[in-house]
Amino acid sequence: MSEKNLPVKADDGDHGAVEVAEPIADPGLEPHEYRIQDIDPKAADRVERQVATMFTLAGLLSLGACVAYFAIPRDATLVFGPLSGNANNMTLGLTLGLALFLIGAGAIQWAKKLMVDTEVVEYRHDANSSPEQKADIIGGFQEGVAESGFTRRKLIRRSLLGAMGLLGLPAIVLLRDLGPLPGRALYNTIWAKGIRVVNDVTDRPIKPSDLIVGQLVNAAPANLAPLQEESAVEYQNAKAKAAVIVVRIKPSEIRTQAGRENWGVDGILCYSKICTHVGCPISLYEQTTHHVLCPCHQSTFDLADSAKVVFGPAARPLPQLPLAVDSEGYLVAQSGFTEPVGPSFWERG
Amino acid sequence: MSDTKEKPATAEFPPPVKWVDDRLGIGKLGRKNLRKVFPDHWSFMLGEIALYSFIILILTGIFLTLWFKPSMAEVEYQGSYSLLKGLHMSEAYASTLDISFDIRGGLLMRQIHHWAAVLFIAAMMVHLLRIFFTGAFRKPRELNWVIGFGMLFLGIIEGFIGYGLPDDLLSGTGLRITQGMIQASPVVGTYMSFFIFGGEFPGDDFVSRFFTVHVLLIPGLILALVTVHLFLVVYHKHTQYPGPGRTNNNVVGYPLMPVYMAKAGGFFFVVFGITALMGALLQINPVWLYGPYNPAEVTAGSQPDWYMGWLEGSVRIMPGFESEFWGVTLSWNLLIPALIIPPAFVTLVALYPFIEGWITGDKREHHLLDRPRNVPTRTGIGAAFITFYGLLWIGGGNDLIATHFGVSLNSVTWFLRFAVFLGPVLAFWVTRRIAISLQRADNERLLHGLESGIIVRSPDGSYSEKHTPISNYEAYELTARDRLVPYEVGPETDDNGVRAPRRALNKLRARLSRFYYADAVQKPTAAEIEEAHSHGHDDDLHELTDSDNFHEITPDRH
Ligand code: HEM
Ligand code: FES
Repeated sequence: MSEKNLPVKADDGDHGAVEVAEPIADPGLEPHEYRIQDIDPKAADRVERQVATMFTLAGLLSLGACVAYFAIPRDATLVFGPLSGNANNMTLGLTLGLALFLIGAGAIQWAKKLMVDTEVVEYRHDANSSPEQKADIIGGFQEGVAESGFTRRKLIRRSLLGAMGLLGLPAIVLLRDLGPLPGRALYNTIWAKGIRVVNDVTDRPIKPSDLIVGQLVNAAPANLAPLQEESAVEYQNAKAKAAVIVVRIKPSEIRTQAGRENWGVDGILCYSKICTHVGCPISLYEQTTHHVLCPCHQSTFDLADSAKVVFGPAARPLPQLPLAVDSEGYLVAQSGFTEPVGPSFWERG
Repeated sequence: MSDTKEKPATAEFPPPVKWVDDRLGIGKLGRKNLRKVFPDHWSFMLGEIALYSFIILILTGIFLTLWFKPSMAEVEYQGSYSLLKGLHMSEAYASTLDISFDIRGGLLMRQIHHWAAVLFIAAMMVHLLRIFFTGAFRKPRELNWVIGFGMLFLGIIEGFIGYGLPDDLLSGTGLRITQGMIQASPVVGTYMSFFIFGGEFPGDDFVSRFFTVHVLLIPGLILALVTVHLFLVVYHKHTQYPGPGRTNNNVVGYPLMPVYMAKAGGFFFVVFGITALMGALLQINPVWLYGPYNPAEVTAGSQPDWYMGWLEGSVRIMPGFESEFWGVTLSWNLLIPALIIPPAFVTLVALYPFIEGWITGDKREHHLLDRPRNVPTRTGIGAAFITFYGLLWIGGGNDLIATHFGVSLNSVTWFLRFAVFLGPVLAFWVTRRIAISLQRADNERLLHGLESGIIVRSPDGSYSEKHTPISNYEAYELTARDRLVPYEVGPETDDNGVRAPRRALNKLRARLSRFYYADAVQKPTAAEIEEAHSHGHDDDLHELTDSDNFHEITPDRH
């Protein structure tokens, strides 16, 4: 036992506590009290039977789990009110779970009720090394350093450190091909002049007359669907930027921003569906207020007012896609988006 | 029968053990540790729960890897879940459906895996709180606190990445949010995002990349940290609560073999059994209901796993600030809640032992735990941290709270914007006061025993209450703690008139130290106890008029 672990008297290095004689002397461990099992062999036998029963049941349940695995059809269901579910899963889980639980409960019961429960005292030692150990190791280390000449031979030391440092470069360079450089990718979508606006479920082009006032439709560019045949990745990437919403609002309620006077068609406006916060697709539309809400962090945009942010953590309005009508009377884009869609980024400006 | 056998003069291991010992010397290791003593307390089980959940995660995780296909190649689903038949989806999602519907025991293992993940992180957090409030992180255990914290951090990332693997609509939404945050980071954001996702989001790389991180990299790191963590627990020996016979120099408890082998081993099976029962009965993450990931769709009220909630809340309640200057965009609305507050919070928690150690100037080894009330300032700080975390967490469900309680989302959000600053201060102050009054009550009990509730009238007409003294064991337990005094700055100049170095820093330290300790109630001295006892001893009575500090009995207080 070491005196060093005792709270020492407060001196220069050891603040925080003062040593005043303890008001009450340590009376030592409380006397051990015997349990009924320690005195009465019958009680002890009862516990043994309990524990053995748990272990036996656990064994049987393991067998039961195998039976359940083979005997219960994969597609059967069990109905127990809120705990309903797949019968195979439930029977397998119940038998296995109970088997595991009973093994554990039995072992704990055994430890608590039958194993000797007198407390044992063990002494602690300092965490740090003893002065002799310190002297030994310091001596050894200094000898090693001296024998290697590491401190004396500056040329070796410096060139080695330099070589090790430079080894870090290839380690980083090797990761270069993790992905392409961003380039202009975030500035463009597949929207362009004359691309038709199509319903994103039916893929059908939309005529202004298809939309009644107050209606909102999820839409996509007509050139999106063909991409799916070509490349699933390109399709997903394009979709993640090009998804839009088309909404029809009573023209008298729209507050058009200067420069966007001809971006709508009879009160039909088109905005990016990708939230300018961190890119969730916005989804909840409230007709009476023309507000659309992003379900991720509740940023709210006013579609009648250039989709400006009215609430929440987003900082920028949803980009608007200028609309027109083509010769066959379908809605088309006048051009691509005039700003990057989706979350902000540093270079965006 | 065994009684008849004499104990051999030179004991020898049974042959297989001898074979191993001849080569590895396991006997030397076992001799020290086989009967190692561990103290017993329910709060020491929390770390065990975390350890066992980790083992369960590895076991069930290996099962899942046998069928899970970490690929984003597009396939047409032809499995037995009829509602999604014929749909195009990634192989990852399709194989998760196969695990859930076509492989017997697959759904069970998926659900156990997910429940164990939730439990793993919850157990680590509660374990951390136990360590914090009892001061178990003090010297020599500061590094083990940092290691434990590292595991919690890795565990949260691991869980989040696991959540992203099935490539369902919900997991994809979570990843999209993360990608948006990465992209909005200053300077390197777009590059990081393109490198992590192999190009634009979603791309077709992240499932296979995240899979490697999930099954190899992070579990490997956690395993290494667990090993060091447990080694240090053995090396330092477990802390214990102070009490009769339990000192800073010993550890009192039961031996590893047999008691803890049976108890802890049994407890592993109990935890495994309970997670298995949960996997059998309680549905978690039913990915088939969400459908495959589609970047243009989202489910309303989508919620991440609980441990991500506070980050989500931090992002949600932040107002939408953004600056544009010099041709660049700085997204304060993400920078502050995602890149500054969480790392700052996490760093403060991780470094807390060193901060407290510096303030108090306490460099002794501590093996006896504090009762939270006996260090009121630390306990108050803990309460403030919990409150901060809790309010952010509530923020992560602000939409659910708004719809549930019929209040407007705006009000909930505005309330939280203020509450995250005021709440912790209030919690600190209230908790500290409560701790101090509990200390007073302890001293009261020590000096005057238990209030019996019997009022006696003395011959001279004054009233007093009869007190029964507490046992010597309990009295010792109440006084078995340090007498804490604040750090002193020391004189302005030393004996030779030279100005002491780093004066300003030392002053700050002394001020913080006073803040830490000044209001704490000291335990009574031997003289005070003696005084109180002899005073009450003649007739075991107490004068009501006594104006002693620790003695505030009023006649209506029983
Ligand atoms: C260390 C702690 C770990 C945590 C917190 C964790 C967490 C998770 C979570 C939350 C999921 C989503 C499950 C779902 O609902 O579908 C998951 C999936 C998965 N995990 Fe882990 N995991 C851990 C360790 C491991 C290990 C060690 C392995 C394998 C050796 C593994 C293999 C898998 C696989 C293959 C999946 C995808 C299968 C599926 O989703 O059906 N995990 N993990
Ligand atoms: S992604 Fe829309 S509010 Fe955050």
